[in-house]
Amino acid sequence: MLIDALLLQLGYNATLVAIGATLLGISAGVTGTFLFLRKRALVSDAISHATLPGVCLAFILMASFGGDGRNLIGLLLGSALSATAGLWCLNWLTRNTRLAEDAAIGSVLSVFFGFGIVLLTVIQTMGVGRQAGLEGFLLGSTAGMLWADAMVIAVGGAVTLLLILLIRRPMTLVAFDPEYAAARGLPVSKIDMAMMGLVMAVTVVGLKIVGLILIVALLIIPAVTARFWTERSDHVVLLAGLAGGVSAYVGAALSASAPNLPTGPIIVLMSFALFMISLLFAPNRGVLAAILRHFKFQRRVHLRQGLLALAQGQPIYENLTLRLLRKGGLVRADGVATDKGKACAAKALRDEHRWAVVRSDQTHEAAAALYDGLRKIESVLTQDQIAEIDRRIGGPQEVPA
Amino acid sequence: MLDLACSDGRVKQGQTLEDSPLAIRGLTVSYGQKPAVFSVDMTVEAGKMTAIIGPNGAGKSTMLKAALGIVPPVSGQVQVFGKTLDAQRARIAYVPQRASVDWDFPTRVIDVVLMGLYRELGLLGRLRAKHRAKAIECLDRVGMGDFASRQIGQLSGGQQQRVFLARALAQGADLYLLDEPFAGVDAATEKAIITVLKSLRAAGKTVVVVHHDLATVAEYFDNVFLINTRKVAEGTVSEAFTSETLQAAYGGRLATAQVDKLALAMG
Repeated sequence: MLIDALLLQLGYNATLVAIGATLLGISAGVTGTFLFLRKRALVSDAISHATLPGVCLAFILMASFGGDGRNLIGLLLGSALSATAGLWCLNWLTRNTRLAEDAAIGSVLSVFFGFGIVLLTVIQTMGVGRQAGLEGFLLGSTAGMLWADAMVIAVGGAVTLLLILLIRRPMTLVAFDPEYAAARGLPVSKIDMAMMGLVMAVTVVGLKIVGLILIVALLIIPAVTARFWTERSDHVVLLAGLAGGVSAYVGAALSASAPNLPTGPIIVLMSFALFMISLLFAPNRGVLAAILRHFKFQRRVHLRQGLLALAQGQPIYENLTLRLLRKGGLVRADGVATDKGKACAAKALRDEHRWAVVRSDQTHEAAAALYDGLRKIESVLTQDQIAEIDRRIGGPQEVPA
Repeated sequence: MLDLACSDGRVKQGQTLEDSPLAIRGLTVSYGQKPAVFSVDMTVEAGKMTAIIGPNGAGKSTMLKAALGIVPPVSGQVQVFGKTLDAQRARIAYVPQRASVDWDFPTRVIDVVLMGLYRELGLLGRLRAKHRAKAIECLDRVGMGDFASRQIGQLSGGQQQRVFLARALAQGADLYLLDEPFAGVDAATEKAIITVLKSLRAAGKTVVVVHHDLATVAEYFDNVFLINTRKVAEGTVSEAFTSETLQAAYGGRLATAQVDKLALAMG
């Protein structure tokens, strides 16, 4: 079943949903990255919750004028208008009051959402026909998705991506260094508004599939996932689009492969799976990589300390140190240094003396700054510089091999 | 010999408002109801290095930011090379404080410098080899050529500051405004930065630096501008950087002995 679903063999509706979801996932991942880079990820939560009153008011308006209350375009327009109102409130609160942005987000989000729920209840008692589908906007509902719905998502997603292509440079510049951007004459607040507008577009377009409560996951998780794998903002954007697209596609297929699996939440769980994989296994920023790095560093420290202790004839008490020395063939099982161990220890001690000279000499200031107890002196100074230092220390010119 | 704007706003010969790379008149900036900068006039002399000096919280950075339109002023006018600020944006390079950005941002050293070429690249222009070469050249000027593909999070404070300077150099501006470029950097970086700034001056550019280290003022700068919310003094180092003006700017915060020592050091 799952294979069939992945190959789009599960019928018309499932195929429409899979394609629509994938497009949404890509545009949400790409758009959300800029929000994430600007450190305003939570604003998307306020935007999405602020769509609900608009959806309900649009329904009431359309139904009371005798039209189809569930016309998607009409509902989306309504949601966009109330999201704009929410965004405006948010900006006004942060700019003109002492409220911090997080508090303002909390207030706007809950008030708009509460108002929306009230309207939703009113609608249910209104007795206007065919209102049943509106709750679907909360968590998404793909069961009755139409060709036209998929087209709305496709066109909305494509336009969003095009606009992002157009203003990606100013958005990146503003995200990294807003003061510098302002000094260069970039309209920082307009660029921020444009970014929020794009987020709103994705939110509105995604209401049908993942719903307003979970859309924030599609905007943020792909960006956070992508950040684990790269140190370049343009690559974060592309990878986030990829992660969003893949999790949406697989999630949609998965939910189609068995009865009663909700599409939106499954998509969110899929993107969470990608996030977990990245968190654990990403090469540089991942948790495992950090643990490995720490152990490697710890062994280097122990080995170095062990060698210095050997050279100075001090006893070694730490088991890890002894084990590392034995493994390297530097000490025998009874803890006595081997010939190789003696040579390495002498070299370590000599390097320590050399470093002492380097650190006390003004002319070696740049090299001295690199001292951390572990760095090989050969990686910092040239052979003739080391020879010069050795002349000052006195004693043998060459370390006995 | 006085050839600068005097404290009463009079402008002496050889330095008209139109010539000045940066002329500020009646600038007041306020956070809430408390002015951080109050009715300040400043006339920067072309082709010179000017230090903006004053105690902590005196409005040094704020004045610079308001002059550039980064924070909105309550009142005041700013002229850049005799025209409005917006008409001359391309001729200004600004180096913000290092701490004003998140250094864990996913970007490489060269990408930061390429931001300096933002105007050249435009919205959709392709990034070409010549742009990269220009960025590398600017990094070389601050001794960071080998760091081009490093992630910026791996840099030391001094290296971060150099990258910011390289980004400003990439703009090819005529007026350079730097906010505390020497704060918390190592001695080698300080030397590298001052060398670059002096080379800019030698090329006829104008440099304005928000500076906090009184001991190096006489050595580094031609002119000083002392501020403590209001303008205290403006002129050449020998005119405006005296124990009286310092006392006026710093008040009790600067021990008299220290002022005398500084004045002595300046001769």
